Amino acid sequence: MSLTISRAFVDAIIEQSRAEYPDECCGVILGPVGKDSPERLKPMINAAHSPTFYEFDPKDLLALYREVDDNDEEIVVIYHSHTETEAFPSRTDIAYAGEPGAHYVLVSSRKEIAPAIEFRSYRIIEGVVTEEEVSITD
Amino acid sequence: MSIDVRIPTILRPFTKDQKAVTASGATLNAVISDLDAQYPGIGDRLLENGALRRFINIYVNDEDVRFLGSLDAPIKDGDSVTILPAVAGG
Repeated sequence: MSLTISRAFVDAIIEQSRAEYPDECCGVILGPVGKDSPERLKPMINAAHSPTFYEFDPKDLLALYREVDDNDEEIVVIYHSHTETEAFPSRTDIAYAGEPGAHYVLVSSRKEIAPAIEFRSYRIIEGVVTEEEVSITD
Repeated sequence: MSIDVRIPTILRPFTKDQKAVTASGATLNAVISDLDAQYPGIGDRLLENGALRRFINIYVNDEDVRFLGSLDAPIKDGDSVTILPAVAGG
C-alpha cells in the first residue's frame, strides 16, 4: 500500500493548511475510477470552521459525490490538517472514516514544526489505521 | 411504490455490491425498515438509538433529510434517496 502524489498537490495542501490556520483545512483529490491516481485537487470548505474539527458541508458533500459520479471519477485522497497535533488520525477521524478505498492524508500545520513538512497517508478501514508510504513525484 | 436508494461504498457489503437498490415506504423511517428487511444489518449502520447516526448523511432528492423532519421525512413514489458517509473528523 502506498500513495503516489505530485509535489504540486503536496505543496498546495500544505499552503492551504497554513492559509486556513488556525482552523483545520480539508479537501479531496479525485481521479479516474479504478486507477488509484490522484489527478484533480479540490479544496473543500471546512463547514465547522474549527481548529479541532472539520466537516464537509452536507450540500457540498452531495454536490461532490454527484460530480464524481458524472465524471466517472472516484475520491482517491481525503485530506485535512491538524493544527496543534501530529499528522496522525485522531479518534474522531477514525470514527468518521467512511471511505474504505480512500487514502486519508493528514498534514500538520502546527507552528513549532513549520516550515518542516509533516505529510502522511493512511488507510482507515473498519476502525483500523494503517500508515502507508508516500511517494512524491516532480 | 418504488424508491431509488443510492448506497455508498462502505455499505455495499450489505447490498451485494449494488450501488443502487429499490425500497418502499412513505417516510424515511419506513424506507430504512424496508431496506433492513431486504438487507439485514444495514439499518443498524444508519440508526443509533432510534435516530440517524451522526456520521451518515441522507438526502431525499437534493435535500438533506435533517431539514425535512429526519426519520419522519415524507417520501413519495419516484423520489430518490441518497446515503453518504459524512466526511469529517477532528
